[in-house]
Amino acid sequence: MNFSFSKRLAAGLAATAVGVSITACGGGGEKKSATKCDENGENCTVTVGILHSLSGTMAISESTLVDTEKMAIDEINAAGGVEVDGKKYKIDSITEDGASDWPTFAEKSKKLIDQDGVPVVFGGWTSASRKAMLPVYESKDAFLYYPIQYEAQECSNNIFYTGATPNQQSEPATKFMYEKSPAAGKPFFLVGSDYVFPRTSNTITKSQVEQLGGEVVGEDYLPLGNTEVAPIIVKIKKALPDGGVIINTLNGDQNVAFFKQIQDAGITPANGYYVMSYSIAEEEISTIGSEFLEGHYGAWNYMMSIDTPASKKFAADFKAKYGSDRQVADPQESAYNMVYLWKAAVEKANSFDDNKVREALVGITFDAPQGPVEVMPNHHLSQTVRIGQITADGQFEILEETDGPVSPQAWNQIHPDSKGFACDWTDANKGGKYKL
Amino acid sequence: MQLLFESLFNGVAIGSVLLMAALGLAIVFGLMGVINLAHGELIMLGAYTTYVVQLIFKLPALQPLYNAYVLVAIPLAFIVSGVVGILLERTVIRRLYGNPLETLLATWGVSLILQQFVRSVPLAQAAGVILALVMGFGLPLLLPDQLLTGPRARLVRAGSWAVSALGGVLLAGGLASQISQIARATSRNVDVTAPKWMRGGIEWMDITFPVPRLVIIVMTIIAVVGVIWFLNRSVWGMRIRSVTQNRSMSDCLGIPTDTVDVLTFGIGSGLAGVAGVAVSLLGSVGPNVGTSYIVGCFMVVVLGGVGNLLGTVIASFAIGLCTDLIGAGRLLTIWPDMPAPLEQVVSFFATTSMAQVMVFTLIVVLLQFRPAGLFPQKGRMVEA
Amino acid sequence: MFQAFQQRRWPLVLLWILIVAAIVAAPTLLPVFRLNQLGMFLSLSIVALGIDLIWGFTGLLSLGQGIFFALGGYAAGMYLQLNSSADNPNGIPEFFSLYGVDRLPFFWEPFHSPVFTLIAIWLIPALLAAVLGNLVFRNRIKGVYFSILTQAALLVFFNFFNGQQKLINGTNGLKTDVTQLFGQMVGSAEMQRGFFWFTAVMVILAWIFVRWVVRGRFGDVLIAIRDDEPRLRFTGFNPTLFKTIVFAIAGGLAGIGGALFTVQSGIISPQEMSVPKSIEMVIWVAVGGRGTLVGAIFGTVAIQFAETFVSEVWPQSWLFFQGALFILVVTVLPEGVIGWFKTDGPRNLLSRVGLARRLVTYPQLEIDGQDEVQP
Repeated sequence: MNFSFSKRLAAGLAATAVGVSITACGGGGEKKSATKCDENGENCTVTVGILHSLSGTMAISESTLVDTEKMAIDEINAAGGVEVDGKKYKIDSITEDGASDWPTFAEKSKKLIDQDGVPVVFGGWTSASRKAMLPVYESKDAFLYYPIQYEAQECSNNIFYTGATPNQQSEPATKFMYEKSPAAGKPFFLVGSDYVFPRTSNTITKSQVEQLGGEVVGEDYLPLGNTEVAPIIVKIKKALPDGGVIINTLNGDQNVAFFKQIQDAGITPANGYYVMSYSIAEEEISTIGSEFLEGHYGAWNYMMSIDTPASKKFAADFKAKYGSDRQVADPQESAYNMVYLWKAAVEKANSFDDNKVREALVGITFDAPQGPVEVMPNHHLSQTVRIGQITADGQFEILEETDGPVSPQAWNQIHPDSKGFACDWTDANKGGKYKL
Repeated sequence: MQLLFESLFNGVAIGSVLLMAALGLAIVFGLMGVINLAHGELIMLGAYTTYVVQLIFKLPALQPLYNAYVLVAIPLAFIVSGVVGILLERTVIRRLYGNPLETLLATWGVSLILQQFVRSVPLAQAAGVILALVMGFGLPLLLPDQLLTGPRARLVRAGSWAVSALGGVLLAGGLASQISQIARATSRNVDVTAPKWMRGGIEWMDITFPVPRLVIIVMTIIAVVGVIWFLNRSVWGMRIRSVTQNRSMSDCLGIPTDTVDVLTFGIGSGLAGVAGVAVSLLGSVGPNVGTSYIVGCFMVVVLGGVGNLLGTVIASFAIGLCTDLIGAGRLLTIWPDMPAPLEQVVSFFATTSMAQVMVFTLIVVLLQFRPAGLFPQKGRMVEA
Repeated sequence: MFQAFQQRRWPLVLLWILIVAAIVAAPTLLPVFRLNQLGMFLSLSIVALGIDLIWGFTGLLSLGQGIFFALGGYAAGMYLQLNSSADNPNGIPEFFSLYGVDRLPFFWEPFHSPVFTLIAIWLIPALLAAVLGNLVFRNRIKGVYFSILTQAALLVFFNFFNGQQKLINGTNGLKTDVTQLFGQMVGSAEMQRGFFWFTAVMVILAWIFVRWVVRGRFGDVLIAIRDDEPRLRFTGFNPTLFKTIVFAIAGGLAGIGGALFTVQSGIISPQEMSVPKSIEMVIWVAVGGRGTLVGAIFGTVAIQFAETFVSEVWPQSWLFFQGALFILVVTVLPEGVIGWFKTDGPRNLLSRVGLARRLVTYPQLEIDGQDEVQP
């Protein structure tokens, strides 16, 4: 062994090791406080966490949520900020990249909670990312606000869900397709990406179609990231020779391949095939091209074509901030709402303390772009359900709309495993899953 | 009969996309022995080129020619990916000839950078950069030799690069001001819409043939025939083959091996660009579009036998047919009263995701019997 | 140790004292979150040790180590899930009810036993690696073809685990944070601290083990395979057997790393088998220096921390850094950081910028190949 080499090696490695530890400490040290004011106790700020994918396959969808959440924060700051104890706090945010990788979501959550000490994290899109984050928030008793419509069958005391549950989206949509659409009474075919939301959502749809007296003639799943839809098209044509309803829960960019190729294969409204999609909103329509989607259906709580001043203002503000070619859609509206709901709860609790905010949040109402919403005891929102048909100009023509907000079901009442269960966090005896 | 025919068509359709994507790799990997993991990203660049060309043809001045934009996109995609490939060869890969594992790692790094590049750089500017590169490499070829070897050679070269840079800046500025979609960087996927005549399907014998699939099959046939003609009949093609067979002997005979390397790599990369045009007709175009093809492409080349174009062709159609047979559950239709245990297995694999598992497993099993692929290159080698 | 002093190897001893001191001091110096990360990175470095063994010493570049890593993680995850689902309906993990499964799939059954799990964590990946490796090696498939095949195998496993919701919870993976072990919650601070210590010990044990493997005649055969396999075969050795054994060892190490990683990250998902992750593992070894062992550990921890900090400061540009790293390491630092020190890198760098005199002769003639691979 060569003496001088080892010496240099030792010195180099030791220096690097020390360097790494110092940077590591410099990065954190003591747990930071999320609120801070200057010496005079003025110009206070509160730091919140934003955690979405900025890289990888999901960046496409999730980056728009970051835009919307930042817009809501800017609006709140422009109006003075959040008021606690008579002091106005401006909201500051730390954005972390979940990188479309579920374990990264869990790790970045730990960082935001432990390292930055944020009182709340706004984040997530896929159910898989939420499922990965859930144990982190539960074991640390921290808070996540999750903005996407999802499969439910979950009710955490540490998560607030501002997207739709199946009874606020897929159930009314299935009923509509079976009873009122041009393909009423025809058989169903279910297509989805291969992950938890499509799988669970389709289990519910299958039970529901059976209850309605209809028939599900097939289902198929495409692995995430794969866009070879030809075998699925073959199956659809075989299973539905005379047209029917296709329930589509494919993820973002797979939809493009799917809609382009089904049109070429003659699976079109003109031939009696109607697709009901749960993940196609205005943004996706503009990406795919409305000529491929015209005549198909979608179900959401918010649609850009809602003709109310609040909805128009939301769309106009977003376009003014990010460019006239941008669209707003349901997931963005949910993301926007959750920032305002958190603000309202903090002001009601008069504290940034997690537990007080959690208690204060239930019962809060907000005049959202979609209409009034209310936080229910099961940590979900009551929301209005709308069913629309896609028009040539890339918007939804709203065909059906519930009279008022529909109450959310965290535990689905059609799914055989969760029937008869509910969730209520305001009552200590009931909790996350109790028998009705 | 009809069933058989439909199955055959679907298999060929899936296979031709694979073949188109793998053709460039078959040249780069098969002939040069270079493992280019950035091949998928060259496909992606071709797809983005199609998108930009489509937007340009939507401008009022070019609107009447809109239907023909795909025909313009094909050569442009070839040039764009080819030039990026040449740049890659000149800067990185050339240093690593003979070190396939190192090449593999370096090109993976390139692929990561290219993916982030299309996310972080507005497409208008990217187009400008590429035009500057094309002009920078191309201008010296057009200038008379005296200028390039004369006393002012350095000045001339610098001048030609300056002109190229100016051209790039002008193009970037022009595109950004005319087409708002590509003026800003975006991580969102974009979408290429085929012109009207390339949409829909043709009904024949009760089977619908989607037009884009037919177009891709035709493109693939032309590309394969073109490549085979080029390699076997043209002067440069023969030089390429001679260099791959015996580099030092070719060098002795006066073949410029260095130029041959550039040319081979450029053509392989350019074909990836053309594959990008095909891919953009089927699905959306995003930074990750290439990653979904790359492993499949390598499997095609390995299965077909490295260095054998015909093997690549047959392997891709075999994989296409297998995917269709397994993934669409056709085995059950062909043989309806299959014994129960077998039926369970078959239906377990009858989804698109499990079909991929099955096909790859089959390939690995097949390589047990033919380690050098279906059509191995003949010859005596210790290292066989 | 004493012998080391006699051989004037005290700098290396000092280095090890420093490393051990850093590990001992880490829990008091580092905040909880960073400590947890360091623990995770150390478990990854066990995987890197395995890669160094097969790539650095034997010349086999596997792009599929993620398979073995994830299998070890899944084994640990399955045991923990079962261990804390006794109160659930049917006594099976909760997620099964999402897909309407009410009977435990058969291959879950043995994971009720902690002893079986502890063995399975390394034995299953090792056996799988032996089978896969043998199939490939006996056909004399090697070099890049081996790399491509391991990548294809990775994709097969990824698709399988990703698609089988009813068997293994698909893309969601298995969570361990709120499961129970020894009557305590795995995600709790005390348990995590315990895991950190355990990981640190395991890294050192793994290092000693691999070092033992590469020393002596077995190690010589490995290096001979890397440098000239046909010649080795002509002298009467059977490289297939050696390659299979060494690939199995690397697989087993990856499994152990995966299990330790899982209990500290709180989740094991098919994402760990994605193509980029496995290629990333290779770059840790390349940065540290192939065939140096310590380099593998150092490279893993350094790159992982670099990734963490870069992606925290510039969330959108980590890919640029990572891509550049791949290219730089291959073109400028082919021997890795340790190799750079070894080949007089610092002096060359200084002389490039004019701070030191350029050497005009060969710097050292007594460098001996055998000695060179030892840290």
